[in-house]
Amino acid sequence: MLLLLEQLLNGLQYGVMLFLLAAGLTLVFGIMGVINLAHGSLFMVGAYAAAATAGRTGSFALAAIAALVASGVAGLAIEFLVIRRLYDRDHLDQVLATFGLLLFFNELMATLAGRTPLFMQPPAWLGGAVEIIPGVPYPTFRLAILATGLAVAGGLAFLIARTRLGMLIRAGATHRAIVGALGVDIRLLFTLVFALGALLAGLAGLMAAPILAVQVGMGEQILIATFVVVVIGGLGSVRGAFVGALLVGLVDTLARAFLPGLLKQVFAATTADALGAGLASAAIYLLMALVLVFRPRGLLPV
Amino acid sequence: MSALLETAGLAKAFGALKATDDVSLAVDAAEVHAIIGPNGAGKTTLIAQLTGELAPDRGTIRFDGHDITRLPAWRRTRLGLGRSFQITTLLPQMSALDNVAMAVQARSGSSFRFFGDARRDGSLRGPAAAFLERVGLAAVAHARCSDLSHGEHRQLELAVALALRPRLLLLDEPLAGMGQEDSAQMIALLRSLKREVPMLLVEHDMDAVFSLADRVSVLVYGRIIATGAPQAIRDDPAVREAYLGGQGD
Amino acid sequence: MDARTPVAATEPARRRHVALLVLFLLLVALPAIAQGIGQPFLIATFTRFVIYAIAAVSLDLILGIGGLTSFGHAAWFGLGGYVVAIAAFHVQDGSTLLGWGGSTEALVVWPLAVVVTALVALPIGALSLRTSGIHFIMITLAFAQMLFYLFVSVKFYGGDDGLSMQRRNTLAGFDLRGATAFYYVCLACLVAWTALCAAIVRSRFGMVLSGCRQSERRLSALGYPVYRYKLVAFVLAAAGAALAGALWANAARFVSPDMLAWVKSGELMVMVILGGTGTLYGPIVGAFALLGVEQLLSGWTEHWMLILGPLLVLFVVFARRGLWGLVGGRS
Repeated sequence: MLLLLEQLLNGLQYGVMLFLLAAGLTLVFGIMGVINLAHGSLFMVGAYAAAATAGRTGSFALAAIAALVASGVAGLAIEFLVIRRLYDRDHLDQVLATFGLLLFFNELMATLAGRTPLFMQPPAWLGGAVEIIPGVPYPTFRLAILATGLAVAGGLAFLIARTRLGMLIRAGATHRAIVGALGVDIRLLFTLVFALGALLAGLAGLMAAPILAVQVGMGEQILIATFVVVVIGGLGSVRGAFVGALLVGLVDTLARAFLPGLLKQVFAATTADALGAGLASAAIYLLMALVLVFRPRGLLPV
Repeated sequence: MSALLETAGLAKAFGALKATDDVSLAVDAAEVHAIIGPNGAGKTTLIAQLTGELAPDRGTIRFDGHDITRLPAWRRTRLGLGRSFQITTLLPQMSALDNVAMAVQARSGSSFRFFGDARRDGSLRGPAAAFLERVGLAAVAHARCSDLSHGEHRQLELAVALALRPRLLLLDEPLAGMGQEDSAQMIALLRSLKREVPMLLVEHDMDAVFSLADRVSVLVYGRIIATGAPQAIRDDPAVREAYLGGQGD
Repeated sequence: MDARTPVAATEPARRRHVALLVLFLLLVALPAIAQGIGQPFLIATFTRFVIYAIAAVSLDLILGIGGLTSFGHAAWFGLGGYVVAIAAFHVQDGSTLLGWGGSTEALVVWPLAVVVTALVALPIGALSLRTSGIHFIMITLAFAQMLFYLFVSVKFYGGDDGLSMQRRNTLAGFDLRGATAFYYVCLACLVAWTALCAAIVRSRFGMVLSGCRQSERRLSALGYPVYRYKLVAFVLAAAGAALAGALWANAARFVSPDMLAWVKSGELMVMVILGGTGTLYGPIVGAFALLGVEQLLSGWTEHWMLILGPLLVLFVVFARRGLWGLVGGRS
C-alpha cells in the first residue's frame, strides 16, 4: 500500500516533468506545424548546464539560471538557424532536419563533456525526505518537482486563457493563416512560442539532473515518451498534454514497479522479470496505440 | 418508376448549425436534376453525404435499390455513383491520360497486379484516350496534369468521371471558376451527355442550370424549399424571395 | 501545338539509364578494384552499404511511392536479422524452438525471415494504417519501440547484449565465408529486389499506390479500396527490409536490439531523402552516400557527427531533389 502510494507520487512527478516537455512540443507543433526532434536536446542541454554549474559552484540557484539560459539560448539559436526554414516544409523534411540537429547536439555534448555521466545533488534545502503521511517519507526534491510542475501548469493555463499572448496561441493552434492575416507579427509569435518551449525543456532538465544520470542520449529517451504524450493528448493541445503526461507518467511508473511482480504469479521468476521489464517498457506505446484506435485525434484535441 | 437516387429525411448538424435539415430528394433514371441554393445553403454538406465522405446524423440514402447510407465512398463508386470534384483532386504528377486511365483501371478487373507496365496497357490507354476525345482534351493527353489550365481541369474531371461508366453522375459545380467561353463549351458538352447518363448537378451558374436541367431543387438553410421544372422554379415566389432576391438572375 | 512538357521526357531518362548502368558496372567490378588498389577490406565495407541499400529501397516503396512516412521501418530490418540469428543459435545450442532445431541454410532461413516479418507487419500495418499523417508517423514509431523493448527483454536471445552467429549461413550448401562471394550474393539480392520494386511501381498496383500519395480522396472516389493497397505495400516493404536484415546478420554475424531502434529508422529515412524520395534508385545512392560519408569522416575525427548533423540539416533545407535528382530528375 505504501509502495503503491510512493509509486503513484513517482508517477505523477515523472508526469509533470513530461508535461513540461510536452507542452513546448505540442505548442510548437500546433502553432507552427513543426515536428521538432531536437526538443530532447534542449532538455539535455539544460540538464548538462545545471549539473556542470552545480558541480563548479555548488549553488543550485546558479545551476537553475544556467539551465534556463543555456536552453533558452540554444532554443533561440536553432529557431533562428533551422526551425524557421521548416515552417512550410512537409513533416518528413522537418523530421530529418531536426534529426540532424539531434545528432549534432549529442555529439556536441559528448565533445564538451565526455561520455561519462554527470551527477548532481539536489540542493541541501530540498534534500532529505518529508513525511507526507506519518511513517511514509518521500524525497523532498521530488515533491518540489511535483509542486513546480503543477505551478507551471497553472501558470501556462493562466497564460493561455487570460493573456493576449495566450489568445494568439489559441488562435494560432487552430487557424495559423488567420492569425497572420490579422496583422500579428507571426515571426515574433513563433519565436516566442519556441523560446517558451525551450525554457520549459530547460526547466525539465534542471529538475531531472539530480534524479537521472546526465548523459548523452538522455534526450532521446524522454523525447519518445514526450511524443507519446503529445499524440495521446492531441496535437497542439496543452490541456491534452497535461492529461496525457500524467497518464503516461503513471502508466509507465506503475507498470515498471508492479508488472514483474504481477507476472511472477503466473510465470517463473526469471521469465517474469524479463517479460515484465519488456512489457513495462512497452506499456506506454500500447497505451498510445489503444488511444489512437479509439480516439484517432487524441484525448483532448484542439 | 422508382427513383435512381433518393434520400429520405437526411439530416446533418454541426453543433447548433443544421447544415442538412430533413432533406428528401429523388433523382430519376433519365433526368438531369439540378440543386441550386444561395451560399451557405448546405450544398457541399449534402454532396459529401451523398458521396460517402460525411456520415449523416439521420435519414437514409438509396441508390439503384441499395441502401448506401453507411457505405464508404469507394463502394458507392463501385455501385455506379460517379462524381466530379469542385476543387480539383486530379493527380497532379500524372498526365491527363494517366488520370483517365486510373478510372478505366478501376473498372477493369483487379489492380492487385504487380507486373506488367500499366502505362503501356492498351486495354487501359485506348478507352482512356476515347474519353479524353469525348471531352475535347485529346491534344493534351500527355501533358502533366499540373500544367493544364483551370478550364482543362474541369474537362478532365468530367472525363475521369465518365470513364467510371457511372449509372448516375454527381457533378459538384462543374463550371466553377470558368470564364464565359469555357462555360459555354462545358454546357454544350454536358448537354451532349444528357441522353447518355443521368446527372445530379450542383451549380451556381443559372444559364447552365436552366438550359440543362429537367428538374431543379432549391436548397436554402439545409432545407429543400421547392422542386420542379426550371420555369416553375424561376416563377416560384418563395424561391425568388429566398434566392433570386426578387429580380431573377 | 502545345509546348507543355510531356510526362516522360527523354533526355533525363537517358541520363538516368546511363547512370544506372555505370553504377551497376562499378558495383560488379568493386571486388576486383578493391584487390587491385590493395584495400580488400573495402569489399566488406561495400557489402554493408549494399545491404543498407536494400533496406532503403524497401522504405522508398512506401515512403516515396506510397507517401506513407513510417518511422518504424528499422523494426523489420531487425526482425529479419533476429530470425536468422535465432535459427543459427538453436543449431549451435542444440535447443529447439517450438520443436524446431533451427537451421543455418540460407535457402531456409532467409525466406523464413521474410515470411515471419511479413506476418508481424500485417497486423501492425493493419492497425497503423487506420491513422494518417503525423499520427501514422508516431504509431509506427511506437510499434517499432515495442518490438525493440521485446528484444531487449528476451535475455535468452542475448537481450541488450545482442546475439552472435558463429558462422554465416550456407547457401545451397556453399559457404559464404569468402568476402567476395558474400558480396556478390548481396549485390544479386539488391539487383533482384530493386528490379522487383521497379516492376511493381510500373504495374497497376504501383499506379494505385502512387495515386494514393497524390490524392487519396480521388482514388477513393474512383472506387479503389485505398486501405488495402496501402497495407499490401506496407507488408511488401517490410519484407524487403527483412531480407536486408537477414543479410546483415550474416555480414556482421551479430544482431542486437539496436537494429530496431528508432535512430536506425531515422537513418533509413535519411538515406531515402538524401538519394531522392520516390526514385527507387536514389535511395541506393543515398545509402552509399550516407554510409560513405560516415566512414570517411570517422576516419578523420572521432566527432564526425558534429559535421554530419549540420550537413544533414543543410541538405534538407536547401536541396529538394536528392542526389538522384542531380542525375535526371524524378523517374
